[in-house]
Amino acid sequence: MSADGIAAPPGASPLAAIRAVPRAGWHVATVAATHRETPNASRIELDVDGWPGNAAGQHLDVRLTAPDAYTATRSYSIASSGDSTRVVLAVDKLPDGEVSPFLVDDLRAGDQLEVHGPLGAFFVWRPAVESGDDRPVQLIAGGSGVVPLYAMAHAHADASDPTPFRLLYSVRTPRDVYFADEWRALAAASAPLQVDLVYTRQAPDDWPAPPGRITREALEAAVIPAAERPRVYVCGSTGFVERVADWLVGLGHAPGDIRTERYGGT
Amino acid sequence: MTGHLDGNALAGPLADFFSFDITTTTGRCNACGTVAEFARAMVYMSGAGTVVRCATCDHVLAVLVDTGERAWIDLAGVSAIEVRR
Ligand SMILES: Cc1cc2nc3c(=O)[nH]c(=O)nc-3n(C[C@H](O)[C@H](O)[C@H](O)COP(=O)(O)OP(=O)(O)OC[C@H]3O[C@@H](n4cnc5c(N)ncnc54)[C@H](O)[C@@H]3O)c2cc1C
Ligand SMILES: [Zn+2]
Repeated sequence: MSADGIAAPPGASPLAAIRAVPRAGWHVATVAATHRETPNASRIELDVDGWPGNAAGQHLDVRLTAPDAYTATRSYSIASSGDSTRVVLAVDKLPDGEVSPFLVDDLRAGDQLEVHGPLGAFFVWRPAVESGDDRPVQLIAGGSGVVPLYAMAHAHADASDPTPFRLLYSVRTPRDVYFADEWRALAAASAPLQVDLVYTRQAPDDWPAPPGRITREALEAAVIPAAERPRVYVCGSTGFVERVADWLVGLGHAPGDIRTERYGGT
Repeated sequence: MTGHLDGNALAGPLADFFSFDITTTTGRCNACGTVAEFARAMVYMSGAGTVVRCATCDHVLAVLVDTGERAWIDLAGVSAIEVRR
């Protein structure tokens, strides 16, 4: 792993650790493929020239430049991790947005984008053999906030990491689940993962709970109890993240054990 | 852009200037003394610039204005930072 700010694993040879830390840089990315992830979101696979690899949970910044040199920059979490120069994003379309409708509807294979990254070492998960921390991990996502958490769960499965993982994922409707097939495969992998869904607008017919925003009680029932000292990652719109983080603290989770990433909005 | 972000969003804007990762860097708030990773700070971005506020007391920790040609980084609200390598 050569991502900025990510330490070499303790078991690695000391020589391997002696290297100039590459600065998170700007790269030219070529769109390898795009497809509909949900009715409102696209998965975008990029081949990024010179990409140094990234840790699970990091993001990158995309910069678009108009012919008149006007630029717009937005952050997107990376759904993939590891040494590959193939980088996967998943973007939700905000109807009145400046950047996301272009990325979701207009981007085609062969198009090029400027990307800056990998970025951020805070909202990152590393396998227990590297971090030395084998406490259970609770992931909590609202909507597209699942993207970095998917990268974490995928890295966890790839490493056959024995750390218990649990995901609580709030989505509007069953059709809005990102990585639906992948979650099924990950839940069946040897690394322990339990996935719990909350539907806010429309639930499957046989679903036991009526659709609605997640409540404090539903949260308490579906997250690893504070007594087990889980490390918690929360990601989604700003309002979702702040509601959930407040409840977690109220339920006895130490603020320092809760890592949050706000995507904006309300 | 309405709605604030947090210090994770500072990683890109500051990587152009600092060789360390800002999100895991801790800063001490001048007003309330809280020491926290910048990732935990509240970030307000607008066309005029970026304002970083203490998550505990709302004090302005930092202001970033980047015109493309020149950048202004005001860290007056932070009394010390600790950088993780
Ligand atoms: C670290 C980080 C990682 C992110 N990762 C992802 C990701 O993996 N996938 C993804 O789809 N998005 C992600 N985002 C959000 C993304 O950066 C953009 O904010 C989003 O795509 C909207 O951009 P826009 O230009 O389309 O909308 P804008 O033109 O910026 O805004 C349009 C309208 O939508 C509102 N709005 C802005 N952001 C949001 C939001 N997140 N939710 C609800 N309303 C909002 C604004 O207030 C405004 O009214 C991430 C944000 C951050 C900070
Ligand atoms: Zn303060």
